[in-house]
Amino acid sequence: MIWIFDIIILVFLVVTALISLQVKDLLSAAMIFGVYSFLMCLLWSGMGAVDVAFTEAAVGAGVSAVFLISTVLRTKRRSSD
Amino acid sequence: MEFLETISTKFNYWIYIIIMMIGLYAMISKNNLVKKLIGMSIFQTAIILFYVSIGYKENATIPILYHDQVHGAQHEEAGDQNELSNAVEEAAKEIHVAADEQAEHGLEASHVDHPSSLEINPDHFANPLPHVLMLTAIVVGVATLGVGLAITQKLYGEFGSIEESEILEQIKSAK
Repeated sequence: MIWIFDIIILVFLVVTALISLQVKDLLSAAMIFGVYSFLMCLLWSGMGAVDVAFTEAAVGAGVSAVFLISTVLRTKRRSSD
Repeated sequence: MEFLETISTKFNYWIYIIIMMIGLYAMISKNNLVKKLIGMSIFQTAIILFYVSIGYKENATIPILYHDQVHGAQHEEAGDQNELSNAVEEAAKEIHVAADEQAEHGLEASHVDHPSSLEINPDHFANPLPHVLMLTAIVVGVATLGVGLAITQKLYGEFGSIEESEILEQIKSAK
């Protein structure tokens, strides 16, 4: 794997994880969590784990984001922290 | 310099520790239940990142045999006999036995090539064992997230809130 991409993706991983936990709007938290999952999927496909990568892309980023958004729509969108 | 090399070559593991602790912090200190579950998912993906990093090798490709690597080896003459080529030969013998049985029943047995040498260097492929284990972990992770979000929706129907402090207050006042 090209090390400069590796470093960039890893730094963005930490940034997106922090933002998705800090943002007050739960819908944007769900979307940024989807971005986090896709970055993780890129990292794994770069490390030669393609099977794990496309499972994460389908299940982690796709289904998890749908679950989170449906929960946000059925409950409240605002978060206190 | 040696210290810098230790950090830069194991950068994945440092980030894994940081992400895992971010997830643990969110699970403990966040007040919103959805935020807690996002933290749990981040925690799980951090552990999967650790396991996939174990299986990674320098200059290694994906653990899949290409068509040329299998069928190109059949036309070469016998090289050094390793365990893998022995296993392939045994498989070919079984195919021959099956073909002979077919011939007895009046069917024309097709010609089966002897794969004489199949040289595969395991250093050129990422280790697939952690990948297979982590495939299960991803599916279990999304299942736990789904159950947690379903419980969150039921709690919202019961208490009208998804904030942990408000729910605890209502439980205390009801007693």
